[in-house]
Amino acid sequence: MSTTTDRAQIPGQAPATAPTIQVHVPPHSIFSELRAMRIVWRRDLIRFINDRVRMLATLVQPLLFLFVLGSGLQQLSSASTHGVNLKTFIYPGILCISVMFTAMFSAASIVWDREFGFLREMLVAPIRRSSIVIGKCFGGATVACTQGVIMILLAPLVGVPYSLQLIVGIFALQLLLAFTITAFGVMIAVRIKQMQAFFGVMQMIVMPMFFISGALFPVANLPGWLTFLNRIDPLTYAVDPMKRLVFSQINISPEARHVLDPGVTWFGWHVPVLVEVAVVAAIGLLCLGVAIWQFSRTE
Amino acid sequence: MTGGNGSRPAAAIEVRGLVKNYAEVEAVKGVEFEVATGEVFGFLGPNGAGKTTTISMLCTLVTPTAGSAKVAGHDVVNERDDVRRNIGLVFQDPTLDNYLTAVQNLRLHAELYGLQRDLVAPRMQQVLEMVGLWERKDSPVGTYSGGMRRRLEIARGMLHSPRVLFLDEPTIGLDPQTRRSIWSYIAELKEREDITIFMTTHYMDEAEWCDRIAIMDNGEIVALDAPDTLKAQVGTDRVVIHTDDNEAAIAALGERFGVEARMAERAVMFGVPGGEEFVPRLFADWDPTLPPIKAVSVSRPTLDDVFMSYTGTTIRDAEEDAGKNRNRMMMQMMHGGRR
Repeated sequence: MSTTTDRAQIPGQAPATAPTIQVHVPPHSIFSELRAMRIVWRRDLIRFINDRVRMLATLVQPLLFLFVLGSGLQQLSSASTHGVNLKTFIYPGILCISVMFTAMFSAASIVWDREFGFLREMLVAPIRRSSIVIGKCFGGATVACTQGVIMILLAPLVGVPYSLQLIVGIFALQLLLAFTITAFGVMIAVRIKQMQAFFGVMQMIVMPMFFISGALFPVANLPGWLTFLNRIDPLTYAVDPMKRLVFSQINISPEARHVLDPGVTWFGWHVPVLVEVAVVAAIGLLCLGVAIWQFSRTE
Repeated sequence: MTGGNGSRPAAAIEVRGLVKNYAEVEAVKGVEFEVATGEVFGFLGPNGAGKTTTISMLCTLVTPTAGSAKVAGHDVVNERDDVRRNIGLVFQDPTLDNYLTAVQNLRLHAELYGLQRDLVAPRMQQVLEMVGLWERKDSPVGTYSGGMRRRLEIARGMLHSPRVLFLDEPTIGLDPQTRRSIWSYIAELKEREDITIFMTTHYMDEAEWCDRIAIMDNGEIVALDAPDTLKAQVGTDRVVIHTDDNEAAIAALGERFGVEARMAERAVMFGVPGGEEFVPRLFADWDPTLPPIKAVSVSRPTLDDVFMSYTGTTIRDAEEDAGKNRNRMMMQMMHGGRR
């Protein structure tokens, strides 16, 4: 269907009298870098909106965990959760992993762009490599949060009532986590040339990070080796504040709270939420820095 | 409106002793040339001759091992951004986002290059009309044919009014008809815009479109001039004969007629001044004990002959050899890379 236009019009249909419009590429400035970042960010959004299948696909996994695993294991766990529904318990963890999977997917698009050539278009533009990386990270974060909003809306279905504090709090945490995970993913993606390899690495890193983070279990009284792994897993410090936020919104017995939301401790010290958030932010910035550095070195 | 102080450098591209080595391979061995402003300059040579490496260095994508190059008056190593602001690029491999429409692709480009917002829409219309894609501007690029994509890449390369447009094998992989149409777009472009075009190709017939061409072989420039001048320099017509015993024919041609013939594309080929007068003599004096000549053709020198006279091989044979070398290297690598 497209071949007809291919040969149809040979030049000249533009009126020869129309003057040629001369545009001008301005010298490098902070302003031009911001514009570049914004368009890299916008491209991710446009592609996400156009790709409905992907939107649905990335929702399936968190929903499976929440409703299938949550409802299924409920029968075994009701004794140990002090009457709290298992779905309610794992909801904060699921809020985290839903943005995590989407953010990783966004980071993967750098590998995709390299494989299909588009990356070159960005690499030869008169802009800093850092603008591409930063735009990409914000793009990934925004897309993941769009997904996250859907998960927030499900709160009443798992016994958590809406409140302004809950919605704003979850959204802010998700945004931070999504940014950090995208930066982490981009850091890995800039060195990888093939999509399969990227997904291989993802499987190797993301799944363990998710399982160890405590998204599906309380992080107190674990065996020593698991406690150690849990405390060095960056995702732990996003899951824990999320848990505290969600649990502050529901009415449960003090015993249940003690068991289900013990909080993260470092050598017996109860780590405050602000420190946890700072840990996530610091890791995000570190990954961003490394990603920019690595990306600037590739030819 | 051309930017800067209005005094444009006489040469759009200046290259001095440019070298690029990859590990143990010398891809480009010290090339030197100048391209004048407004010229269409072609790099001609078989695959693997170093054309793409040279173009990549000029576009600031690859850092030269030695030597220097200036594009639009700026050094490709020390003034990367200034070079990039002044050049347009069309690569051998596609670099469009197939999920976006033509307009979205162009808008993205305009933003990456920081073009004045009020000029983006009219300029976009102009370049899309120039390559005949205005009607399809809102279709996703994924629905385009190969020729349309290439045209869109050319339009995008022109969007920011570059002073030098680089086209790396702009017609590779396209059918002859589409190739011709791409060329008429490029010719039209040169009419309308104040631009220097630097291109590479391994199609001899396409090099005819250039004002000047440089023939590249094995990382070196072996000839550089206008196509007609180069052809005139050959000075001989090309004669191709087919026989059942090419080896014997080559020997006989050397002994009896004093011409140095060689095998090319499974026939015997040689150059003589005044080819038409030579043919009757050839038949009259042909040794009757040899296998007879089955067919003969005489042609005026073409760029193929120019290539042949400088490199001693046809461009197609050169590519086959390069391909064989590549295969041999691959085989060695696969079989444990003995050193």
